[in-house]
Amino acid sequence: MKKDIILAGVGGQGILSIATIIGTAVVAKDLYVKQAEVHGMSQRGGDVQSHLRIADKPIFSDLIPMGQADMIISVEPMESLRYLPYLNPETGWLITNTTPFVNIPNYPAEAEVMKEVAKIKNHIAINADAIAKDLGNAKAANMVILGAASLHLDIDYEEFKKAVMTNFGRKGDEVVQANLAALDAGRKAGESYRVK
Amino acid sequence: MKKVILLGDEAIAQGAIDAGMSGIFAYPGTPSTEITEFVQQSKEAKEKGIRSKWSANEKTAYEAALGMSYAGKRTMCCMKHVGVNVAADAYVNSGITGVNGGFIFVAADDPSMHSSQNEQDSRFYAKFALLPVLEPSNQQEAYDMVRYGYELSERTKLPVMLRITTRLAHSRSGVVRKEGLAQNGLKLPENANQFVLLPAVARRNYNQLIGKQADLEKAGMESGFNQYIDGDDKSLGIIASGIAYNYLMENFKDEKCPYPVLKISQYPLPTQWIAKLVDSCEKILVLEEGMPVIEEQLRGILNRDVKVLGRLDGALNRAGELNPNLVAKALGKKDTCGVPIPELVTPRPPKLCDGCPHIDSYNALNEALQPYGKGRVFSDIGCYTLGFLPPYYAIYSCVDMGASVTMAKGAADAGLVPAVAVIGDSTFTHSGITGLLDCVNDKAPVTIIILDNETTAMTGGQSSSAQGKIERICEGLGVEKEHIRIVKPLRKNHEEMVKIMAEELAYDGVSVIIPRRECIQTLNKRMREKFAEKK
Repeated sequence: MKKDIILAGVGGQGILSIATIIGTAVVAKDLYVKQAEVHGMSQRGGDVQSHLRIADKPIFSDLIPMGQADMIISVEPMESLRYLPYLNPETGWLITNTTPFVNIPNYPAEAEVMKEVAKIKNHIAINADAIAKDLGNAKAANMVILGAASLHLDIDYEEFKKAVMTNFGRKGDEVVQANLAALDAGRKAGESYRVK
Repeated sequence: MKKVILLGDEAIAQGAIDAGMSGIFAYPGTPSTEITEFVQQSKEAKEKGIRSKWSANEKTAYEAALGMSYAGKRTMCCMKHVGVNVAADAYVNSGITGVNGGFIFVAADDPSMHSSQNEQDSRFYAKFALLPVLEPSNQQEAYDMVRYGYELSERTKLPVMLRITTRLAHSRSGVVRKEGLAQNGLKLPENANQFVLLPAVARRNYNQLIGKQADLEKAGMESGFNQYIDGDDKSLGIIASGIAYNYLMENFKDEKCPYPVLKISQYPLPTQWIAKLVDSCEKILVLEEGMPVIEEQLRGILNRDVKVLGRLDGALNRAGELNPNLVAKALGKKDTCGVPIPELVTPRPPKLCDGCPHIDSYNALNEALQPYGKGRVFSDIGCYTLGFLPPYYAIYSCVDMGASVTMAKGAADAGLVPAVAVIGDSTFTHSGITGLLDCVNDKAPVTIIILDNETTAMTGGQSSSAQGKIERICEGLGVEKEHIRIVKPLRKNHEEMVKIMAEELAYDGVSVIIPRRECIQTLNKRMREKFAEKK
């Protein structure tokens, strides 16, 4: 088993908490993990990425080779496209939020961005911000995206739920339930997207 | 023991806590910051009374660590690669004094300059200081090397450099911990002359240091960190150091590497094994993360006898990090790539946060400088360097810690009056104070703007040595009290700030303006924590 995942977004959007949840879900399974993060200057509103590698045998490189990633998980649509050279063009999945994060003056037209996303053979594009807001927890958009991604990670869904409970546990039951609801909603949205 | 998931930086910190370290000394700098932060936040470290507060700069950190080693205890000093330049005086001379308690010096290099001004390779420093280096290839090795490094340091009486690069520092993986060791007790050096580098002592110590080189090389062949892994295909021999070894193995994950490989994780280099590799293989490919340190030595000046491939002949990129694909190409393997980035994807550079006090300071400064024209503002290392970018276009230099003050002075000396320095609070106490003293002694017509956001912001909000002391430091250096002006950078104070800046720009002498408002990131964090407590 091998899953190489690129996590993408803008500094401050919480991509590292997605990585933490997946990491927790995987450690319970006794798999090997490596996760390269970006710290420092780019965290100030710039583009950020993280390479998350999971395998059932030891992993060497901290970086995923280009063209070999199994998935891009992005909390921002334009950022999802920045890492396409990493994605396996045949088997890779692109899972992205459709809500743009516009903090630059020359952000491209939204419709054009979505056209590029649609060109990817295996993709799920959902409005995670809207789904999270409907649930009354706008901050949980990243859990919505993770819920959609969970469909194609070959890890038992129960493990994701447990990982959410472990990681949000100290913030109280209310926060745990809100994040579990976001995870479920994302998974459902991903399923119905597949049907389309 | 159970595996714990740790960043490379955290593995080093945990390794030091478990190996009986008594104190860690550092100034924040990407990618080294998380080592010290981990110790500061560790409950175990607190229980063990491990000293961990931030130092004013890398040199004071290194010297304090040397003092702790003098007293017989195990110590660690951490910094980013450019910090090594600041601490270099102490580092190189500590090779001549030698150490007493185990001393590990972590140098965190940043090839590809993710968060830096250059990509210098700290192994060069160790080479000319004649000191040993450990270079882990993964998080477990990083953990294990700290313990081994303390033993090596105490046995050879030398400081040991642990050289890491960004991808190891900021990558997480599973680490198995070892049994904890007790700290050393106080113990003075056996020889009272050891640390007194008068020429007569220094000459003797230096000869001893030269005499230790053979032993250090042997240590690298016995520790298990350097490995000679033979292969049947002798058309190519490969030397792979540090994390470059991972990029090599990534290309052979489903098969055995057919070529002989020399894995390097400890220096000085094992001459005997390099000779064996060169003698048995037609050509040598050198893979190293950073500058071509091993490759240059292998080629020598004449570059005649050994056919070497690497960064110097175009087999690999001359600058920047390695990655699995670049190494695949150098190995003649098939490269892989997904689809290209669509053209509409635009760069998203970092920028000053919404609500950042520096925004208000730059807006006021730009307006106050309008009568004088462009090109007068020297800046420094910190978040405020982002004032170079649109819409501010406010600064004209960013060189090294503290250079804003002294470059402004030199420019003013040349006749560029007024000249302005923009420096952060933590950078000011790191390396700006001495420059300001030069300004005062020369009565230079400069305006020094100390942006006081009450933290070391760029590296993530570490405490600042300057906290609550800036005015008194400036007064103590001799800046006239009436030319030390404090303002609060808020949009509603814009007119007042412009007026004060204009007054000081017109003054023919040293002025200090201190725009003071807490960093929006640390403020938000504090508020979140307060809110969580109330709940």
